[in-house]
Amino acid sequence: MPLRRLATATALATSLAAAPLAAAEDGVTTFTLENGMDVVVIEDTRAPVAVHMVWYRVGSSDEPPGKSGIAHYLEHLMFKGTEKRAPGEFSEVVEAQGGSDNAFTSFDYTGYFQRVASDRLSLMMEMEADRMTNLVLSDEVARPELGVVLEERSQRTDSNPGALFGEQRRAALFLNHPYGRPIIGWRSEIEELDMQDALDFYADHYAPNNAILVVAGDVTADEVRALANEHYGPIPANPEIAERQRPAEPPHLAERRLMFDDPQISQPYLVRSYLAPERDPGNQEEAAALVYLADLLGGSSATSLMGKALEFETQKAVYTSAFYSGTSYDDTSFGLVIVPAPGRSLPEAEADLDAVLARFMEEGPDMEAFARIKTQIKASQIFARDNLQSRARRYGEALTAGLTVEDVQAWPDILQAVTPEDVMAAAERLFDKRRSVTGYATPTAPQEVSQ
Amino acid sequence: MMIRTFAAACFAALSSALPLHAEVDIQEVTTPGGITAWLVEEPSIPFVALEIRFKGGTSLDAPGKRGAINLMTGLLEEGAGDLDSRAFAAARDGLAAGFGYDSYDDSFSVSAEFLTETADEALELLRLSLREPRFEQADIDRVKAQVQSGIDSDKTDPDTIAQDTFAELAFGDHPYGSAPSGTTESLAALTRDDLLEAVDRVMARDRLYVAAVGDVDAETLSIWLDRLFADLPETGAPMPEAVPYAVESGVTVVPFDTPQSVVVFAQNGIPRDDERFFEAYLAMQVLGGGGFNNRLMEEVRVKRGLTYGIGAYLSPRDYSETISGGFSSDNGKVAEAIAIVQDEWRRMREEGLSDEEVQRVKTYLTGAYPLRFDGNARIARILVGMQMEDLGLDYVNTRNARIDAVTDEELTAFIDDVLDPDGLHFVVVGQPEGLEATAN
Repeated sequence: MPLRRLATATALATSLAAAPLAAAEDGVTTFTLENGMDVVVIEDTRAPVAVHMVWYRVGSSDEPPGKSGIAHYLEHLMFKGTEKRAPGEFSEVVEAQGGSDNAFTSFDYTGYFQRVASDRLSLMMEMEADRMTNLVLSDEVARPELGVVLEERSQRTDSNPGALFGEQRRAALFLNHPYGRPIIGWRSEIEELDMQDALDFYADHYAPNNAILVVAGDVTADEVRALANEHYGPIPANPEIAERQRPAEPPHLAERRLMFDDPQISQPYLVRSYLAPERDPGNQEEAAALVYLADLLGGSSATSLMGKALEFETQKAVYTSAFYSGTSYDDTSFGLVIVPAPGRSLPEAEADLDAVLARFMEEGPDMEAFARIKTQIKASQIFARDNLQSRARRYGEALTAGLTVEDVQAWPDILQAVTPEDVMAAAERLFDKRRSVTGYATPTAPQEVSQ
Repeated sequence: MMIRTFAAACFAALSSALPLHAEVDIQEVTTPGGITAWLVEEPSIPFVALEIRFKGGTSLDAPGKRGAINLMTGLLEEGAGDLDSRAFAAARDGLAAGFGYDSYDDSFSVSAEFLTETADEALELLRLSLREPRFEQADIDRVKAQVQSGIDSDKTDPDTIAQDTFAELAFGDHPYGSAPSGTTESLAALTRDDLLEAVDRVMARDRLYVAAVGDVDAETLSIWLDRLFADLPETGAPMPEAVPYAVESGVTVVPFDTPQSVVVFAQNGIPRDDERFFEAYLAMQVLGGGGFNNRLMEEVRVKRGLTYGIGAYLSPRDYSETISGGFSSDNGKVAEAIAIVQDEWRRMREEGLSDEEVQRVKTYLTGAYPLRFDGNARIARILVGMQMEDLGLDYVNTRNARIDAVTDEELTAFIDDVLDPDGLHFVVVGQPEGLEATAN
């Protein structure tokens, strides 16, 4: 179950004078500024590049009712100027340094990043600190940007049957929790958003004691500490930052079923999602077991049980997979996908899926597959070191999901400690159909034309 | 073994302190077997990123065999040597190695990442997949079904419809004119022999390019490559003919039931080895280049909110070249957006670039260049691309100077000679309002 805690608890507990919270991962240093802003520094000197990210512990699931999309709209408006800087100037300055910048909004976080030559870090911090509390908006820039957001929704969701289907499944899976709302917002609610909604949301959530700074690249911890104190240090904490108050899920008593059709769908497929536990601070074992479960059932077609049973031993499906992402503030989902072979109906595909699950519960994991997954997970820690941006993201995502730096650094060992028995126990708890949504996606049947 | 060491210091031509300390030390390695590769040793992480490219790609499909190279690409990791499909996957996963096989219009690519400690085993698996693929009938049938499933999805995907429509319009019967996965009929007709032939058409020494970055030295890499390509034939299928772009200006509408129209547009372009390439690159960066600060983004997105994203760029392929772009706009807004693209094309043609724009873009392009070189896999991809474009080992050093050296006269000449507001053709997939299709 999700652990309810003050978003700022870790931040306020430590002062600048305190020793680093942990340094278990090579080249990683963490500390907290006096105003409560958490800082993670990842040193990697291979290239003269720095990735600078500020993550806010606020996402679409923290939006007031009726204002879906406001977190993401605000993210767009954050590029529209401050007392010091004109609309669009932020990105212009980054580009003038040869850098690139962007931002992202999710259920649990909003993040802003720049990738620049490492000697431009100070300038990035100065600008990012400036827009943390000094945003200035006008209708002239805010209104066209709402048009941009609506076009974004048209492009990424409304023209994309897979995205629409996902939105509907999610709305059905979460009975009460705001994870049931799309990050970008429902179109009818986006259309009603205005500049003041964005400014209110900004005032409520953007402050150093609700933010995490992650700097990765050709930097030293001391250098980042000095720059962070210079630029972010003077911003006062906002004592009004509210605890994350999200409606919890009631007990799920009835399995849900969805029928979705769209003319753009060319072939039928089925997705079933179960409500699933996420990584909790100090308690990540169940989530680690689910990582293995997803891989064992639907990792790669050639090695997973669904692939073996439905694509190789029989040709009942053309594609199968399983997905689970445990980094989440509250309960998340575990999903299974099956695209049946031509001529096989969705009810048959669902029966195939249930048969595979029953077989797994009876036979348990293939021990060789289990060992391979363990090796791959271990190696993935090595390959992950090649990508600065994803290393930085890993910390940002985890910390905004309520995890601690210690949790992030313990995660690889916890994954290595998972046993087949852990996986079976987690599967036993997970596969309760009453906590699931099964969606059928089909092409829209041609309209009957009267003769 | 011959090694030519080349310390390519790549730095930003910025006014303040330069990040001079990052050097990409590129070695050119020639193996005893005669294979040339570029190598950057980076021992700090115990793995290697190996990038292999063969020029030609899906454009080398034999007549009547459209889709063979794409299908072959999908089948390489479905069993090789003594290992069937599942045994191969198990062996690869057991080593935690990752192999990616992809084919494009002009190239076939293999991207491999493997741990130093199991490099020999990983490379033997990779060799098997490239040189001894099994192509068993059951696997062929299974992967064919997956490709067919993609062909079906493409038929209802407005982005793909737009691209395919443009490709057919511009390139007709040339391989560029049709989808690499083939048609339902051509795919169904492919046999095991066609796949074996596809391997021979694509993989040959006279079109091979290699780059490696990571925990390996020149001597070891040399041994690896000679083992990997010991029995590679000298040559493969002849390269395709050039196909001049000759689409007349106008608008093609493909009616499609969707709330937002997808637009692809193009005009004639210039080849990668054209002497005007740098001024063209610079001018297109101002007009529609990456990032938020270009004229099309400013006018279509920022000022008017007509799209989420728009861009236009040089698209030089090996056998034809265009200047292309694309965006999506709601059906009611797309006509206005297209008119603005035309206006901006005309404005650049008539007014050229301001000094401020030229300076801004030069600073951006030269500053951004060294930032590309982070990460073993990224660097390996860049190096193999440089070889294929015949840019030479010193390109990393000279590229920024060449951008800085572009003059106003050169920019003006490029815009006058090439940029053609009256030559743009738009393909629109959707239900655009107030937009007339021209005859075509």
